[in-house]
Amino acid sequence: MPKTELDLYPYQSWEERPQITWPNGAKLAFWVAPNIEFYELEPPDNPYRKPWPHPYPAVPGYSIRDYGNRVGHQRQMALLDKYGIRGSISLSAALCEHHPEIIALCAERDWEFFSHGIYNTRYTYGLSEAEERSMIEDAMATIERAVGKRPAGYLAPALSHSDHTIDLFAEAGGLYTCDLFHDDQPTPVRTRGGQRFVSIPYSLELNDTIAFVVQRMEPRRYGEIIRRAFDELLAEGAQKGTVMCIPTHNYQVSCPHRLRAFEEALAYITGHPDVWVTTGREIADHYLAHYYDAAVDAAGGFT
Amino acid sequence: MSNPLLTYTRRRYGMDHDRYRWSMLQDRPAVRWPGGKPLALWINMSVQHFPLSGEKPQVAPPGALTMPYPDLRHYTLRDYGNRVGIYRVLAALEDAGAVASVAVSGQLAQRYPTLMERLAATGSEWLGHGWNMNAVHAGDLDPERERQWIGDTLAALEPYAPQPITGWLSPGRLQTALTPELLAEHGLGYHCDWVNDELPYAFDTLKGELTCLPSSLELDDVFVLTNNLHSEDSYCQQVIDAADLLIDEATRLQSGRMLSLNLHPWLVGQPHRIQTVRDILSALLVERGEAIWNAAPSAIIAAAQSA
Repeated sequence: MPKTELDLYPYQSWEERPQITWPNGAKLAFWVAPNIEFYELEPPDNPYRKPWPHPYPAVPGYSIRDYGNRVGHQRQMALLDKYGIRGSISLSAALCEHHPEIIALCAERDWEFFSHGIYNTRYTYGLSEAEERSMIEDAMATIERAVGKRPAGYLAPALSHSDHTIDLFAEAGGLYTCDLFHDDQPTPVRTRGGQRFVSIPYSLELNDTIAFVVQRMEPRRYGEIIRRAFDELLAEGAQKGTVMCIPTHNYQVSCPHRLRAFEEALAYITGHPDVWVTTGREIADHYLAHYYDAAVDAAGGFT
Repeated sequence: MSNPLLTYTRRRYGMDHDRYRWSMLQDRPAVRWPGGKPLALWINMSVQHFPLSGEKPQVAPPGALTMPYPDLRHYTLRDYGNRVGIYRVLAALEDAGAVASVAVSGQLAQRYPTLMERLAATGSEWLGHGWNMNAVHAGDLDPERERQWIGDTLAALEPYAPQPITGWLSPGRLQTALTPELLAEHGLGYHCDWVNDELPYAFDTLKGELTCLPSSLELDDVFVLTNNLHSEDSYCQQVIDAADLLIDEATRLQSGRMLSLNLHPWLVGQPHRIQTVRDILSALLVERGEAIWNAAPSAIIAAAQSA
């Protein structure tokens, strides 16, 4: 039976937040989350969601995503290097097997790898709880084998969820989820096992694929909305401590007609003081160490 | 566990198919364009026929008719491109001294020989572009039918093309599972349908090797102007931003890059859009002329392959 309430976090108004202070007194924690994904040319049919709009072979959809790995990846990576940003990779775990060269480039730079499932053409839909547990574990173990470190974060593949997704990920040893869009600060998330687990603000509004594919935004306007979001979150961060994430895709923002606007936004953001340029995991660790307990107490505890 | 949703038969190194080898653009041997210029510019004009009636394709290509029969509005708007718009685009190209290829619907050869002769007189390289825009190579299309469309298209266009046709752009950049084999079987050398790269690369078929010369979809005029609904000025800006980024990257990494532009006369040949074409050509060929090698697709492939 579908639940009528989400029940993962208590209500807490934006007007009544304790101040979060980021390392070195920063007001805003800023992270960039490049999605490095593998979409299969011939995925199995999922009864709940069609992987491709076109019949096999879905050349248009498949080939532009492959462009992201063949061309876009190193282009965005050069840009993040230039502005001193370590990416937090939302990773299709099978990419460790298909394209280890990409993994090596990210690992050399001490980028974070978090789990984004096995393939972005495999959904949580249609899996039993045991099957979902095995898929989550497969992704964690695959990434751990490739990079020597177990992922701390999860963005469910293609944002496909079940009622168990958060619990199963916490039980697999995860620390944070990117799947909730309810806040501009980290928040504690209730799990059935009582693990210390948090939501770290990711963003759909600033996600390049949402901007370019769903909203069909002009590239320069994408740069503009990023700057506007930053100005607001930095100003509010003085009283609250805020998080800003830009999720990207190498088949979108790394296209040559779009990267310049993104670069201008990154130059603007990293040119400000009071910004902690960091990774998803570092935000989660800082919050868990300093703010999690007080936030749970303020909510009357998770029972 | 036997759930097919958790069964992975092609989870392995490289691609999950056998069409081409995995490699990253930045890791390949450096490409040098003639004159040491950083950026190759491939301009293609897609010259298309949208039939008034007939069987609907399994996938509608961009620009397809949408209304109940007779869809006069879209039929005539597309026909406008072949009567009026294309002559504006040709003039803009000629005034700018631009080199452009033409990808032509085979059926146009019998319909508009005057236009074919005019295109032939430009000396442009010709590509097959399907029999017409309803003849979409997609899904479980009967291979015999697909084979015939390709053969008919090449036979119809060959008498006008200044050189033997070696290139192919499928309607809507769509393919069936057999399209690459059928193209190779007809002696073609390259196709432009997979948009996964910015340089030509080797593409395997069971009938011999092809080259894929990717025709950028994301900067295609129809994609930017009618799918994304961006303004003409934004389109021009996007092309300029792309050129500048690629020139910079090619210079920094000492390896040539390519910018591909695909123009549709029925769209950019409209009077309110043609100035944008002139602006783009001027920004590329005049303002950035020293950095840009504007060439035909076969010349670009040959130069890239000599790397």
